[in-house]
Amino acid sequence: MELSLFLQYLFAGITYGIIYAIVAIGFNIIYNTTGIINFAQGEFLMLGGMISISLLHFMPLPAAITVAVVITMLVGALIEIVFIRWIENPSVLRMIVITIGISIIIREAALHIWGESVRALPYFIGSAVTSVSILGTKISPQVLIVIGVCSVVVVFLSFFFKFTSIGREMRACAANRRAATLCGINVKNMVTFSFMLSAGIGALAGAVMSPITYSQYDNGTGLAIKGFTVAIMGGLGNSPGAVAAGLMLGIIEAFSISVLPLAFQDAVAIAILLIILFIRPHGLFGSSEAARLKEF
Amino acid sequence: MKNIVKKAVVAIAAVGMLALPGLQAAMADTIKIGAILAVTGPSFLGVPEANTLKMLTDELNARGGLNGNKVELIIKDSGGVPEKAISFAKQLIEEEKVFAIIGPSTSGATMKIKNIAEQSETLLLSCAAAEVIVNPVAKWVFKTPQMDSDAVRKIYMEMNKMNISKIAVVVGNTGFGQAGKGQLLEIAPEYGIDVVISEVYDKAATDLSAVVAKLMANKDIQAVVNWSIVPAQSIIIKNIRQAGWDVPIFQSHGFGNIKFVQAAGDAAEGVIFPAGRLLVADVLPEDNPQKEVLVKYKNDYESKFKEDASTFGGHAYDAFKILCRAIEQVGVDKHKVREAIENMKGFVGTGGVFNFTPENHNGLGLDAFEMMTVKDGKFTLYQK
Repeated sequence: MELSLFLQYLFAGITYGIIYAIVAIGFNIIYNTTGIINFAQGEFLMLGGMISISLLHFMPLPAAITVAVVITMLVGALIEIVFIRWIENPSVLRMIVITIGISIIIREAALHIWGESVRALPYFIGSAVTSVSILGTKISPQVLIVIGVCSVVVVFLSFFFKFTSIGREMRACAANRRAATLCGINVKNMVTFSFMLSAGIGALAGAVMSPITYSQYDNGTGLAIKGFTVAIMGGLGNSPGAVAAGLMLGIIEAFSISVLPLAFQDAVAIAILLIILFIRPHGLFGSSEAARLKEF
Repeated sequence: MKNIVKKAVVAIAAVGMLALPGLQAAMADTIKIGAILAVTGPSFLGVPEANTLKMLTDELNARGGLNGNKVELIIKDSGGVPEKAISFAKQLIEEEKVFAIIGPSTSGATMKIKNIAEQSETLLLSCAAAEVIVNPVAKWVFKTPQMDSDAVRKIYMEMNKMNISKIAVVVGNTGFGQAGKGQLLEIAPEYGIDVVISEVYDKAATDLSAVVAKLMANKDIQAVVNWSIVPAQSIIIKNIRQAGWDVPIFQSHGFGNIKFVQAAGDAAEGVIFPAGRLLVADVLPEDNPQKEVLVKYKNDYESKFKEDASTFGGHAYDAFKILCRAIEQVGVDKHKVREAIENMKGFVGTGGVFNFTPENHNGLGLDAFEMMTVKDGKFTLYQK
């Protein structure tokens, strides 16, 4: 395979991978504080894209995205306060059903607000045909923006969870709710905050990837499935793991196209997921000991 | 609490059952027409179709209906899911007892209910394009969009003129895409065209740059044919242009909705595709037999719904008008109406001039298509 072709596949893979990773990170944030999977995560991406497209009529692009992120964060907080906050000792199954329900509500609401048509933010730099040349391979500058934004988010989150007190408090809540409460942590507020954070990050990702993937009322679901796959592969709750797993899956998918028909792309992804679940059910980068202590 | 809910459900069901026969009695002189359309879902086909049918029904009823009978339109949203079309078809036929069904919008859905229509002897006027809907012919099934095979022939004829002989085919994984792929591969030898690669992409695909890389790596490819009705058809042309690949792109008549052009932005410029004349109604010569019908429909639609008319709405227009004309001719008798449609000649619709025969339940020929292209974000006739 010549170098330029190799790079073309590689960049395609990185594009897929980074998109999967950012969704997986959204799953991880909420998992890290609550121990549950929020299946409405994909809808946060959709909201981020859709709201910023609507706001673009009234304000410049950076402002539209910022406001969209803030609005989506408020939606995230509202969801937590209305549907989740008052539940005492939620079981995993119950939370899954609730979050799936929320995702359906958001999707249907979006259908009524924006209709069924496909929209997209304009390309941040240039137009749909602009490309930059890297080592003889041409890719859209938007891909670089997505990669850049996602990288910054990942680094920011790693620092946030490791080195800030609020980040550590959020992790404590996931480890043991009661112990965290006894330490004086307001668990309920932490959970609300984790929903806001993951909604905000989802919305930001949804907005920056909108020129590439388009935004439609139901495009969150597909992204959520791939993101969930990646979150499991990387080890639930492990954000750098999610990035590595996302890139790995994206690149494998892209290169699989060079030898297999495109139609098998998803089959490859699911086959990998199954293999990992059999061999390393706690994920490629997760700890099996930690996984044994968790409820889910 | 549970008891209250249960009681409420029972009460609502009871009221519903009581109300239903009353409704039916009140509408004894009503012709019920069902429509199964993909109003939501990945393609936007159903929206212009639903709008068109509502507009035509209102118009008709305002004029006093059909032979003195009011027309009631019942639209079901299939969401583009073929399986849903099955239950809606049964519902329309068995519960609503509709006179005829217009739609479904998509080929996959139409194929799922073809047999249901046939067995229950219900007229089905499909708005979907695939050849298999009317070939082999089913007694009760008609379709108004032009033939896939004619679109393929139009494209290949253009390629012959451009001296293109080696092509890549990419299609979306919907009924329309799969049927188109079959036609493209089957007809290619007739025109001396060699399909070097054919790929199928997911209807929900979000980025297709990897498959573009695969196509680009094959230096033999002189043109790409992209056959699809889903938004991903815009993504792939964007990815081709972003990769700096200056290959001629041909699309199917499924590209005939300006929203796909808007989604692809600058990448849509210069795409060549066959489509019905509705898209270029304004610039058609005055002596074109379709001019009057097209301009009227386009103006009516656009002034009412404040959005561009598309060929898809046109397919629903044709289906509705053909049905109405047949009912006007022979009255409300489904066997007679079926025969009237089968023998209808010279019906001027948006898709072309229809000439049905017992063997041809589509009634359109190669001349129903024009080659079009996109210039400055608008559809225009293709000229070299």
